[in-house]
Amino acid sequence: MKRLLGRMRIWLGASVMLAALAPLTAGAVEPIKIGFGMALTGGLAGNGKAALVAMQIWAEEVNAKGGLLGRPVKLVYYDDQTNPALVPGIYSKLLDIDKVDLVVSGYGTNLQAPAMPIIMQHGMTFIGLFGLDVNHQFHYDRFFQIQPNGEDPKISSIEGFFQAAMTAKPTPKTVAIVGADAEYPKVATEGAREIAKKDGLKIVYDRSYPPSTVDYTPIVHAIQATNPDLVYVASYPPDTAGMVRAAHEVGLKAEVFGGGMIGLQFAALKQQLGEMLNGIVCYDMYVPSSTMNFPGITQFLAKYQPRAKAEGADQLGFYLPPFAYAAMQVLGQAVETTKGLDQKKLAAYMHATTFHTVVGDIKWAANGEWATPRVIFVQYRGIKGNDLEQFKKEGTAVIVAPAKYKTGDLVTPYSAVQH
Amino acid sequence: MGAGKFWLLATIVGAAFFGVSLLAPNQYYFQAGYVVLQYVVLATAWNILGGYTGYVNFGVAAFFALGAYSSVALYPLIALPIPVLVVIGGLVSGVVGFGMGYLTLRLRGAFFAIATLAMAVVMQTFITNWDYVGGSRGAYILRPLKVPLLGDYIVYLFLIMLVLAVISIGIARSIERSRLGFGFAAIRDDEQAAEAAGVPTLRLKLVATTISGALMGMAGAPLPYYVTYLDPSSGFSLSYAVNSIAMPLIGGMTNWIGPLVGAIFLGTIQQLATVTISSALNLLIVGLLLVGFVVIAPNGIVGLVEQLIHRRRQRRRA
Amino acid sequence: MEVSLDLLLSAVVAGVLLGGFYAAVTVGISISFGMLDIVNIAHPAFIILGAYAAYFLNSSFGLDPILTAVIMLPVFYVLGAGVYQVYYAVFERRGDEALRGLAFFFGLLFIIEVALVLVFGVDYRFVEASYIGPTWRWGEIDLPLRMLVPFVVSMVLVGLLQLYLSRTFTGRAIMAVSQDRLALQLMSANPGRIKRVAFGISIATASLAGAFLIIIQPVEPSIGRDYIGRVFAIAVLGGLGSFPGMVTAALLLGIVESITATFYGPSWSPAVSFGVLLLTLAFRPSGIMGR
Repeated sequence: MKRLLGRMRIWLGASVMLAALAPLTAGAVEPIKIGFGMALTGGLAGNGKAALVAMQIWAEEVNAKGGLLGRPVKLVYYDDQTNPALVPGIYSKLLDIDKVDLVVSGYGTNLQAPAMPIIMQHGMTFIGLFGLDVNHQFHYDRFFQIQPNGEDPKISSIEGFFQAAMTAKPTPKTVAIVGADAEYPKVATEGAREIAKKDGLKIVYDRSYPPSTVDYTPIVHAIQATNPDLVYVASYPPDTAGMVRAAHEVGLKAEVFGGGMIGLQFAALKQQLGEMLNGIVCYDMYVPSSTMNFPGITQFLAKYQPRAKAEGADQLGFYLPPFAYAAMQVLGQAVETTKGLDQKKLAAYMHATTFHTVVGDIKWAANGEWATPRVIFVQYRGIKGNDLEQFKKEGTAVIVAPAKYKTGDLVTPYSAVQH
Repeated sequence: MGAGKFWLLATIVGAAFFGVSLLAPNQYYFQAGYVVLQYVVLATAWNILGGYTGYVNFGVAAFFALGAYSSVALYPLIALPIPVLVVIGGLVSGVVGFGMGYLTLRLRGAFFAIATLAMAVVMQTFITNWDYVGGSRGAYILRPLKVPLLGDYIVYLFLIMLVLAVISIGIARSIERSRLGFGFAAIRDDEQAAEAAGVPTLRLKLVATTISGALMGMAGAPLPYYVTYLDPSSGFSLSYAVNSIAMPLIGGMTNWIGPLVGAIFLGTIQQLATVTISSALNLLIVGLLLVGFVVIAPNGIVGLVEQLIHRRRQRRRA
Repeated sequence: MEVSLDLLLSAVVAGVLLGGFYAAVTVGISISFGMLDIVNIAHPAFIILGAYAAYFLNSSFGLDPILTAVIMLPVFYVLGAGVYQVYYAVFERRGDEALRGLAFFFGLLFIIEVALVLVFGVDYRFVEASYIGPTWRWGEIDLPLRMLVPFVVSMVLVGLLQLYLSRTFTGRAIMAVSQDRLALQLMSANPGRIKRVAFGISIATASLAGAFLIIIQPVEPSIGRDYIGRVFAIAVLGGLGSFPGMVTAALLLGIVESITATFYGPSWSPAVSFGVLLLTLAFRPSGIMGR
């Protein structure tokens, strides 16, 4: 009996002590929680991991300067495994249980759309990290897309290719359009068709292929058989590699070859394909160049690149990372200026303001897309070997469109630059 | 317990469960619960063909996705309430189940499994090339934010899936205790002997594939309303097949309780893992549990419990 | 699209080269499923494992990927023998239904995939070799070495295996155990040991198949899932347990995919190949050359 009483006394004492300590922890400043799902495994994980590194860099920088509104920021995130079905659950947990103060999206259209109903229900301001035309169906006035697609993403993310291609002499007359059976390539090839018609080009090949295709040689052969002047491809990383290889092996003859080939922007594919890239005209978001020397971009990349290498993420970081960082810059600035976390005020401020970020000035249109698109098209030139360092400097990717950022003229035909 | 009493009891339990659920403080519970209940239906449906009859179906995704895509196909034409869509999804997948059963009637064992896999690929290719439902581009389904009486839309979806779960369990149990169930068991134990004894194996197999397919289609019909955006690669994902096979295996395949237990167990673990450890480990858990149970406890959790009860009874007798 | 003879010819040639690769991928299944009746649905995962082994050795030591695969053959053989031991101890001895074996391999598939993700990450990996890039031109026909080299080595592999199965004692015992286990026991050969050797060989082929895969295309852990259907389709189409049948089916599948891709649109390739499989299963389940 005595021992029991004795034990109870110890427990009582411990509980009192803990209770006494509680106010101490409550006194510590509540962090501002920023929640999101991100593809850390599955097909889109390459970009997801890269984005996460960029966002972590931002959070650390902000906290080193004292945080937002005097409070430290904390990133709360879960792996969406590139599986859209997991997204509603994740954002529900973030908002209802984790009680995050701010939300950002994951990477990719497929992973942003499923979150929209919950976001809209909670009235949250939502920045999309790269997706095509996500808000088209929802018309949500608190949605902002960080990808510089412009108000008509279908057209503006593609027209640069044709703008540059039509400068070839003699003027191209025919085009071959090919894409993967998946979301982005479908939209892109649709846009390509529209622009081709507008430019008076005859479409001599128009097919799509399943992403599980192993050998792209038959496809390239079929394209070559139609003798197109231009070849526009919309693809994801594995098929991008396949098409570029096949084109190189078959010795594709065309004036201009390239298009919306996702993957050429990433370090892994650049390394792998090396000299095969020469001559290809492809879209991009940012390349090191005199016309795109935005404030803070070089410092950001200097921080990002070694860290990404250590963590196994994309080593160049030219595609999503600067924009993920910029999205956080926007969010941070909005919070500081509106002096609070009121979602309505944040959205209103973001619609009304031009932000100066590491990817330049950002101004949003009413539908949440960029008022002025900034998708650039580059032509790869003078690549030697498979070393990555050559890509970190200006020169290997010459910007051929749009005019505002142009650093060089298009060189044709593709086959000549290739060999 | 007679069939009538069971349905009554199941309905009461289901209603009580829903009543308690309404006390949940937030939406997340319904979001996660929807997925777990969906797997209860899928696991039970799979088990009717797999556990009772012994025919392994790898093409779960085909039936499930067909149910989902029939909802997508009807969405631009006419606004139908979800229960109606569920019935339609069930009909579509049931017919396909019947067709598949008919085509594969002569195949045994592994051949049947391969045929179901082939069918899923063919189905996926058709949907991918069908632009009306969005094809590879995917389709958007916009759902209302709130419903009268229940409040959040997700509560409505949760309720529907709960009703489906009760129905599927009820059907599984009824089959188990009927002549149909005995016929299935005969096929599972030794099909040739069953045929020799005069069991109409072909007809029974067709019934099994049709019911199994129909239930899977019903589970799939509300999916577009849950995810808002559906594309073939996520709708036909292999993870639906893995889970539908793993859950009855882990829970126990010989009766209706097994898939229920397995779905709740594995489904809850997966939902929790997604929002905690959150990474590739999620899939690893499924793989390890699957292998672990298959090696150590072939009769699943239900089997383990039965063994425990049996041993305790023996000890008492001794 | 006009059917020009040149285009048709190049489509067929590309299909043949692709088919050679498919044969290497499927030969393991021909052994484990065709002869041992083990539904090793995790075989594609072993192939991906082989691909990563080739990647690792190639990027660390600069060795040619096919050479690394040959070096890894004994490792994979031991791995296969080990897996079979577990399978035998747990399933075959208990006489359990095939379903549990199936589930076992299904689980193994995901475990291997996740292990690769945890070790190597999710980015696409590739190898460097002198024959990745150049193309031989033979008149109007292109023969990319990237496809030609795997094709040649694959045919050699299948040929050697066929010789082994028909000429050596163990090889003939393997063929025998697939047909009549009791007779084999009467002939004083141990069926368990024979099966272990066979399964070990089957997984060893995955080492080479993996090297071919990563030569042909960049690899990341989850692409194994695309191959599950293909390998079983080819094995069944060709007739289980028949190597000539399997090779014929593999070439046929490659040609069908190639021609569909060239003339009708690649989107329909999977439907065509698997549709053919379904029809075969419906009307002639023993396959092209099956018994």
